Amino acid sequence: MGLVLATTAELALVTTILLLIIATPLAWWLARSRCWWKEVVGAITALPLVLPPTVIGFYVLIALGPASPLMALLEPFGIRTLAFTFTGLVIGSLFYSLPFAIQPLRTAFEAIGDRPLEIAATMGAGSLDRFFTVALPLARRGFLSAAILVFAHTVGEFGVVLMIGGNIPGKTEVLSTRIYQLVESLRFSEAHRIAAVLVLFSFAALLALLLIDRRIGTPRP
Amino acid sequence: MTIAVALDGKLGGAFALQAMFEVPSSGVTALLGPSGSGKTSVLRALAGLDRIAGTIIVDGEVWQDSTTFLPPERRRVGYVFQGAGLLPHLSVAANLAYAERRAGPGRFARHVVVARAGIAPLLDRRPASLSGGEAQRAGIARALLGQPRLLLLDEPLSALDTDARADLLDWLDELLAEIAIPVFHVTHDHAEAARLAARTIRLRDGRVILS
Repeated sequence: MGLVLATTAELALVTTILLLIIATPLAWWLARSRCWWKEVVGAITALPLVLPPTVIGFYVLIALGPASPLMALLEPFGIRTLAFTFTGLVIGSLFYSLPFAIQPLRTAFEAIGDRPLEIAATMGAGSLDRFFTVALPLARRGFLSAAILVFAHTVGEFGVVLMIGGNIPGKTEVLSTRIYQLVESLRFSEAHRIAAVLVLFSFAALLALLLIDRRIGTPRP
Repeated sequence: MTIAVALDGKLGGAFALQAMFEVPSSGVTALLGPSGSGKTSVLRALAGLDRIAGTIIVDGEVWQDSTTFLPPERRRVGYVFQGAGLLPHLSVAANLAYAERRAGPGRFARHVVVARAGIAPLLDRRPASLSGGEAQRAGIARALLGQPRLLLLDEPLSALDTDARADLLDWLDELLAEIAIPVFHVTHDHAEAARLAARTIRLRDGRVILS
């Protein structure tokens, strides 16, 4: 179980870090832009919420397979396919968990409002300065929520992993797919152990989120 | 040296503002009018927070015309928002430092401003824990440490109860007489305008009716 646990944790950690970097500018734009078609982008980034994970997995599998034009671009670097690799799994997870990073960040950025940014501007802070010294610190709880949600959601991913992971021990086998295998081979007591670990982990993640939310609701002394 | 404003345009579709005036760049100018008359819009346009068609020229320097628009961070205005507008995630001291760091040294020194505003005991406090009067004094101190060319006050007394209001009015009256920079003071209170300002611009329905 140790190897599977390590792969799962590594996947969730890498996905969380990359997704916070990718989702921050996107969420900022969605929160601040006034152009009418931003909700088109908003809907596209929210799609993984409602799509079956197998659909996401299927498209990512096609895109990362040897016949994909995307992979043809990577051919000169000696990469023919990313399907059934850890990198492929990370790419799939990025799509799968994207909305869970975007939503809390966007909400946090929107909650800041114009005022603090205007205050900073009149004090001589340019737009990048305002982003780093005002928007980021005021949205810090949104970042915490996004990190917890993405990490927990990635740990719980099954359909995408099944489609593009191939369940290779030490590389792409994670806890959720291990349970499936154990049940298939009627090894219930081992499945029980992993299931219990996941239930406890999910509970801890949700409890942490609620505690963060409560702190947002109460004004600071 | 003068501040010349000629604005004629719309803001966000509905509200139309027509404001033309020229005032000497010294002393206090009150922008007086009922709510919705456009006085805060004039202040926001001066700060560069909203762009309304027209020109703004301060001491011969074009801040805004048909081709130029200086963004707020390059205008060096000290803007005191309604409710003071301190950054909520920073202590009073960090708020002062925020303005100070970006403005560099100038005629307003930190220790003088802090003493003059009487905020030395408040430096470690968070904005949310300050009373209305304390927040206003901290907000004005911070605006001055930005070494502004123009001080813009948006209803600095409106959120205060009667006693705090009288105290702050006395203090503000003395302070504004001391500092040698032009001040625009938005208010709906005639007595306040008469007490603080050397001249008054009256607005109604987005137009200047008397200046």
